Amino acid sequence: MSSYRIQGATGEWEVVIGLEVHAQISTQAKLFSGAATAFGAEPNTQVSLVDAAMPGMLPVPNAECIRQAVRTGIAIGAVINPWSRFDRKNYFYADLPQGYQISQLYHPLVGEGAVTITPDDKKPDETKVIGVERIHVEQDAGKLMHDQHPTMSYVDLNRSGVALMEIVSKPDMRSPAEAGAYLAKLRTILRYVGSCDGNMDQGSMRADVNVSVRRPGEPFGTRTETKNVNSVRFVMATVEYEASRQVDVLEAGGKIVQETRLFDPDTGTTRSMRSKEDAHDYRYFPDPDLLPLVLQPAFIEECRASLPELPDAKRARYETALGLSAYNAGVLTAEAETARWFERLIAESARRQGKTEAEVARAASNWLTSELFGALNKLGRTLSDSPVSPEAGAELLALVGDGTISGSIAKQVLEKMLESGDAPGVIVEREGLKQTSDTGAIEAAVDAVLAANADKVEQYRAGKEALFGFFVGQTMKAMQGKGNPQLVNQVIKARLG
Amino acid sequence: MSELTDLGIAAIRDGVAKGDFTATEVAQAFNAAVAEANPALNAFIVTTPDHALAAAQRVDAARAAGQPLGKLAGVPIGMKDLFATKGVQTTAASHFLEGFVPPYESTVSQRLWDAGAGMLGKLNLDQFAMGSSNETSAFGNVISPWRAAGDNAGRAPGGSSGGSSAAVAARIAAAATGTDTGGSIRQPAAFTGISGIKPTYGRCSRWGIVAFASSLDQAGPMARDVTDCAIMLEAMAGFDAKDSTSLDLPVPAWSAQLSDDLKGLKVGIPREYRIDGLNADVAKSWDDGIAWLKDAGAQVVDISLPHTRYALPTYYIIAPAEASSNLARYDGVRYGLRDLPEGAGLQDMYAATRAAGFGSEVKRRIMIGTYVLSAGFYDAYYTQAQKVRTLIARDFEEAFRQVDVILTPTAPSAAFVLGQKSDDPLEMYLNDVFSVPASLAGLPAMSVPAGVDRQGLPLGLHLIGRPFDEQGVLNAGLAIERRAAFTARPEKWW
Amino acid sequence: MSVAPADVAKIASLARIKVTQAEIEAMVPELNGILAWVDQLGEVDVAGVEPMTAVIPNQLRLRADVVGADPLTGGNVRDAVLANAPAAEHGFFGVPKVIE
Repeated sequence: MSSYRIQGATGEWEVVIGLEVHAQISTQAKLFSGAATAFGAEPNTQVSLVDAAMPGMLPVPNAECIRQAVRTGIAIGAVINPWSRFDRKNYFYADLPQGYQISQLYHPLVGEGAVTITPDDKKPDETKVIGVERIHVEQDAGKLMHDQHPTMSYVDLNRSGVALMEIVSKPDMRSPAEAGAYLAKLRTILRYVGSCDGNMDQGSMRADVNVSVRRPGEPFGTRTETKNVNSVRFVMATVEYEASRQVDVLEAGGKIVQETRLFDPDTGTTRSMRSKEDAHDYRYFPDPDLLPLVLQPAFIEECRASLPELPDAKRARYETALGLSAYNAGVLTAEAETARWFERLIAESARRQGKTEAEVARAASNWLTSELFGALNKLGRTLSDSPVSPEAGAELLALVGDGTISGSIAKQVLEKMLESGDAPGVIVEREGLKQTSDTGAIEAAVDAVLAANADKVEQYRAGKEALFGFFVGQTMKAMQGKGNPQLVNQVIKARLG
Repeated sequence: MSELTDLGIAAIRDGVAKGDFTATEVAQAFNAAVAEANPALNAFIVTTPDHALAAAQRVDAARAAGQPLGKLAGVPIGMKDLFATKGVQTTAASHFLEGFVPPYESTVSQRLWDAGAGMLGKLNLDQFAMGSSNETSAFGNVISPWRAAGDNAGRAPGGSSGGSSAAVAARIAAAATGTDTGGSIRQPAAFTGISGIKPTYGRCSRWGIVAFASSLDQAGPMARDVTDCAIMLEAMAGFDAKDSTSLDLPVPAWSAQLSDDLKGLKVGIPREYRIDGLNADVAKSWDDGIAWLKDAGAQVVDISLPHTRYALPTYYIIAPAEASSNLARYDGVRYGLRDLPEGAGLQDMYAATRAAGFGSEVKRRIMIGTYVLSAGFYDAYYTQAQKVRTLIARDFEEAFRQVDVILTPTAPSAAFVLGQKSDDPLEMYLNDVFSVPASLAGLPAMSVPAGVDRQGLPLGLHLIGRPFDEQGVLNAGLAIERRAAFTARPEKWW
Repeated sequence: MSVAPADVAKIASLARIKVTQAEIEAMVPELNGILAWVDQLGEVDVAGVEPMTAVIPNQLRLRADVVGADPLTGGNVRDAVLANAPAAEHGFFGVPKVIE
């Protein structure tokens, strides 16, 4: 793997990156109250008396939050701690009604695990393992709005108390691409597990990006933390900007200040956050309103048993058991939704064609990744809102498989399926697109083509064999693409032979 | 009808049920007594005569309709102003929460209303329940109905449940709720010649009670006698899914099982509680208590609780630490006071609001708590204190292998004169020396009146039981109550 | 351990309690008195002793993932949530403008 290096005026620098990813746990209700978590509600409507920290209110944990965090931990091969507890992180801010965030510092729910990334899509075999330090469960904060009033900020507590997993990586990433790949892979895993919807534009997933630079081989430099970066692209941009900013500072003889920064998506730059400049002393201590969280082995086992096949395992199976290319396997497993679609496609294809899934998988994967993805892309759609269902796709592939239509006709049929939503069989029948294997008709068409191109037949016979394709093309054209390509080939060969 | 106010819970409940008098008459009598006494005693921050009357009328109507009556049907009580009461100002005796009207009802108060009790008003207390004399209230101190013989100086009713103790002792409430973090039910009960029990941690839901120190706070009843405490506790206690620390256990029928026959019971007398310079009257009442329990059939055993002397310092790390965090929500954003100086930013607003909203004792404890949790001091103070707390709890576990109940004095002295200790926080803290260890271990403990000292002021005896054994504590308390035959009551001067 | 006026100022700032210089001066001996007194805990041998985590043996209960199972701890109570607010506008709490 080639190393990412920043060329400074004084030599090479290496960038060191760690990510703290906050992922909203997919639940109906909040971590410690019965208020809803749905996105986009009217301000302060999804706020209980508990979330508003009214006097005397108490937290009661939501079992599903614990379960999903444990399932996520198991999915990254992490240690599940049977004894954990919640701590309070004390600080004052308008989005934090209790004056403390309930989090887990001393005894997190999930310990060390790892995520395998593929930093370069084009090199699907080059992987790197990124260590995960821990996953803990904590409350989200509310939201401040600064542009509604000349002298006031407005506070909306709808998000206050929503459950988050904080997934803390080790400082194992060394390039923007690795940081981007890690975040993307983590999102894939969370979506497979179903513990987070991964919708970064709605804030369901966001990253605090820790960046430092150093001379290759030297100890870690001072890091900065850029808060709440909410897309893979922005994480990469943050790393790129921060690394080169830090190199500039260091090369000018300056020092990196350990600080919290903010990413500006409009300019692609980061800036120091004034409001967080306070020297922090969070005075963490165990939350006395909550007892230790003790997990029974049966609970952990249930979490393990409920996990679906995960992306790495699926990808390996696609390559070995289904014989897909590494590239296709990578593309089809990158999203749980895509893999589900593909698996329905091959199941239905195998059923229709009376073959095994392994026998139909390659053709199906090629059709899906090149034909359907391409066509959807042109329409600005994705698989989740595709007008073509896996069942319709399987029917189309079966029509090609049994010789009813040719591959090129299949492309036309797909376009019509996307337009009309009709089944491929209906379209083929209606438009008369069936392939013809009538030898007489084919011979007649071939003879006409050869007669019309006597000069080229001479050239062919004189040794210009490349003209064979020309005759095939002309014949197919004459037959409006419906000639059985194998038969057309045979007849031309026989006539010219 | 003034004699109605002499009645306690059992007598009122039974009288209403039998038709000797109506609940409405009882409520009217107590409302009148409150109106007459409160200007002098300052026991209530707000009075709610309509609430008491409405509850009484519901009880009378239910009785007329032949419906079953609750455990506390027709009993007018005072509610410590630490319990959130829906639609009724709840202040924790702080300037910060002045005018705060909760849109919710605490679990414990709701259970009491469901049992047929009515509310006479919200009772004064030490601000945020921090204090032992009720002198830290933002609404002025409560004056105990008790006076020393030949001395008209105002006495402390104890704290933090000082409004509760004063109201019950003055017969202007049939009973009252209290909360106890380090002795706040037991010490005021002892100071005013009434009974009060802090149940096992988790018996009473903390939901809707303004939090002081979460791992220590427990609600409990303060009443005229042990039987009334048992009845009222039955109504207050019970599992609440809204409190993660609530005990999921059935509530025993404590009042039905009360017995002062202590045959076979072993009572422990911890030698470490016989502190140097123990007040002679207190020591004598302790000896009386030992004799009474023996008379009731108990066997008395000397025991050791070796870490007793560390209990108070442990408490004064843990309670302020929890309080410093629990009180962070009082920031002027969502409710309560807001002090926004001209041009102030958010953080300035917090500092100004909290400076204006909290009294000096509250600030002192927040400062201590903030300090002991801060970077570099956490392990030395907080972690060390939680370890010592483990040792203190272990002392009790060891002791309860030998004995069933432990007897000690409730407080090191009778009620002191107001102002006498308010300048020296440490001196004030020492008031809780006997009550704090049971709080740290979460154990049920109660104070019962045992007699008066040479000045004619009440003294209390303190019983500590095993976890969940409120019955053992109540029974031993009843044995003392019957033998002490405590009949002294404050002479009405208000 | 003991505190100096600068420490008291720092603690007050962490606790967001505005204090005057005179208040700081008054707090120093008070806090030092209390700290000196609690310092005696240092003499207790706690080798091998775990800090207390639950005062009464009891386990953390978890609740089911249901919205508004108990209306007292559910949402959709904006009026109640805002009822006591010193500044509430358009369904929000208002605070002095914050610059992030």
